[in-house]
Amino acid sequence: MSKNNPILQVKDLTVSFNAFAGKVQAVRGVSFDLNKGETLCIVGESGSGKSVTNKAIMGILSKNAVIDRGEILYDGMDLTKLTEEQFCQIRGKRIAMVFQDPLSALNPIMKVGKQITETLCVHQKLSHEQAKKRALELMAAVGIPEPEKRFDQYPFQFSGGMRQRIVIVIALACNPEILICDEPTTALDVTIQSKILDLIKEIKQERNLSVIFITHNMGVVANMADRICVMYAGKIVEFGTCDDIFYHPAHPYTWALLSAMPDSESRERLFSIPGAPPNMLMPPKGDAFAPRNHYALDIDFKEEPPFFKLSDTHYAATWLLHPYAPRVEMPEELKRRIDRMVEEDMEYECK
Amino acid sequence: MNANERDILLDVKNLHTHFISGHGKTKVTVKAVNGVSFQVKNGETFGLVGESGCGKTTLGRTIIRLYNPSSGEVTFGGRIISGKKDAELQKFLTSNIAMVFQDPIASLNPRMTVQEIIAEGLKIKGIKDEATVRNMVGEALYRVGLLPEHATRYPHEFSGGQRQRIGIARALIVEPTMVIADEPISALDVSIQAQVINVLNDLKRDMGLTILFIAHDLSVVKYFSDTIGVMYKGRMVEMGDADKVYHNPLHPYTKSLISSIPLPNPHGERRRVRVSYDPSAYNIDDERLEMRHVEEGHSILCTPDEYEKYVLMANRG
Repeated sequence: MSKNNPILQVKDLTVSFNAFAGKVQAVRGVSFDLNKGETLCIVGESGSGKSVTNKAIMGILSKNAVIDRGEILYDGMDLTKLTEEQFCQIRGKRIAMVFQDPLSALNPIMKVGKQITETLCVHQKLSHEQAKKRALELMAAVGIPEPEKRFDQYPFQFSGGMRQRIVIVIALACNPEILICDEPTTALDVTIQSKILDLIKEIKQERNLSVIFITHNMGVVANMADRICVMYAGKIVEFGTCDDIFYHPAHPYTWALLSAMPDSESRERLFSIPGAPPNMLMPPKGDAFAPRNHYALDIDFKEEPPFFKLSDTHYAATWLLHPYAPRVEMPEELKRRIDRMVEEDMEYECK
Repeated sequence: MNANERDILLDVKNLHTHFISGHGKTKVTVKAVNGVSFQVKNGETFGLVGESGCGKTTLGRTIIRLYNPSSGEVTFGGRIISGKKDAELQKFLTSNIAMVFQDPIASLNPRMTVQEIIAEGLKIKGIKDEATVRNMVGEALYRVGLLPEHATRYPHEFSGGQRQRIGIARALIVEPTMVIADEPISALDVSIQAQVINVLNDLKRDMGLTILFIAHDLSVVKYFSDTIGVMYKGRMVEMGDADKVYHNPLHPYTKSLISSIPLPNPHGERRRVRVSYDPSAYNIDDERLEMRHVEEGHSILCTPDEYEKYVLMANRG
């Protein structure tokens, strides 16, 4: 996939849940690498398996989840085979996570100071004074005003953006190598969202963190990503660098995702994906996206498409890229939008 | 505004909604809506944006009288609807203004079938003949892109986007003149958002609906609305034609709001300069603040000193 040495490798990960009605196949063979110091964005609609993949990496899958196949390689270890005790040495210390809803991620009856120093005391064996000193430094670093006063307050006394900053402080407390952000800004307002995104970018730069960023907002992706994985129905359907995905999208699902969001110039009717995602109790045969796809070929309903290589960094799993497939162009509206983007870039360079 | 008097459907004048809690020394007044005036023309879509807690939802709910206004006047189709709420006014409101709520799961009763949910408005309106009701429900479902046979199902059997469309069908069945859509898409996925926006857009075109669209996502509001009003701390800070507000924002708060929308354009995002708004530099409670007209179809909340600066900026842009 890439010549850089990956810090985390996910290989053919398959996760299913034992439910009352049967086996829900949430993740069906996902493989990706995370390189040192890069931000990998995972996009897809709800239920596409992006959160489950990352919970598997963090080792926080619920009890009825089973990892059927695959491995997660980190620092010479396969995370899927670790015991809970071994995992405790990694979770929170070397791989940390920022959750979607900062209010439910924090303990409401525990002072935030305690919640931050907890990890420091456990993992780094710091004394309470040392831990407090470190916590105050971190709180100042993420832009929380008056950290001394805030240290002794409860989560409800914080605004949404400040709460998310606390969650980020907790995640950063032990200097992790990998930070997983699971929709960290979905619950926040746009103005606060942009501040939190800037903050994550800043700390990533400072600490040379590797970040996995999960979101369904293509605008946020454009803002954050170095590389992008697009997931649908438990599989990666397209992956590539940020430019690959935004300027040369190849999978119909990526087209749909990109054109579903109005940009500053759109006037036309928005493209909406018809139907609903498939029931993962019985994943459909062939390409899971085929029933909702305008461009589906007969073979899409029969056989699963393999990854076709578009460039060294860009791969997509769709039969449309097969040499025998009819040539299909991306939707007009999306093409116009990409042209507009290219034009803007040219204008900017001329300046 | 020099719009024809007859064109104006909803006219809100200096509306205040205050919430009071506690007594005596502990009495706290929250001025959720603090002197807002605007007009919505017939067939127009008015987009109301602002961060959470700025009072946009309260404003919507005060108009439809889920809350009582503290002072100010609301006129709807020539009739004052901010006065004493009696049975007659209630009836007038329910048959003319309908509301679509944010959370499609919480706003549909899980123990009622879709048929019952949608027909509830008709029952209140006095239409009780079963066959007629069934026909009308089927028609309403069809209009929002669902099938008449969906009527016998329960809300939990539907996906998020479909549930929100049921919410829209329920609002439309009484054939209202205006719909207040309170963040109808915030709880939905991106691909599903497009479905709901398209449904609303079709209805607007086919039925000539007037929509008050409340949201915090400015890019969607811009796409969807004719006029945009930006609220901040209970006040309207900027208002005008969608294009003018979006492409030439004047108020510093609007600027920061627009600059923080993430756009699906990676290179553009990297070179974009974000404007941050410093609330301490502007006194939102200043008594001299007033909504002033800076150019055709564009007004802004400012003091007389700032006014000239804004007029210059507007004409330059």
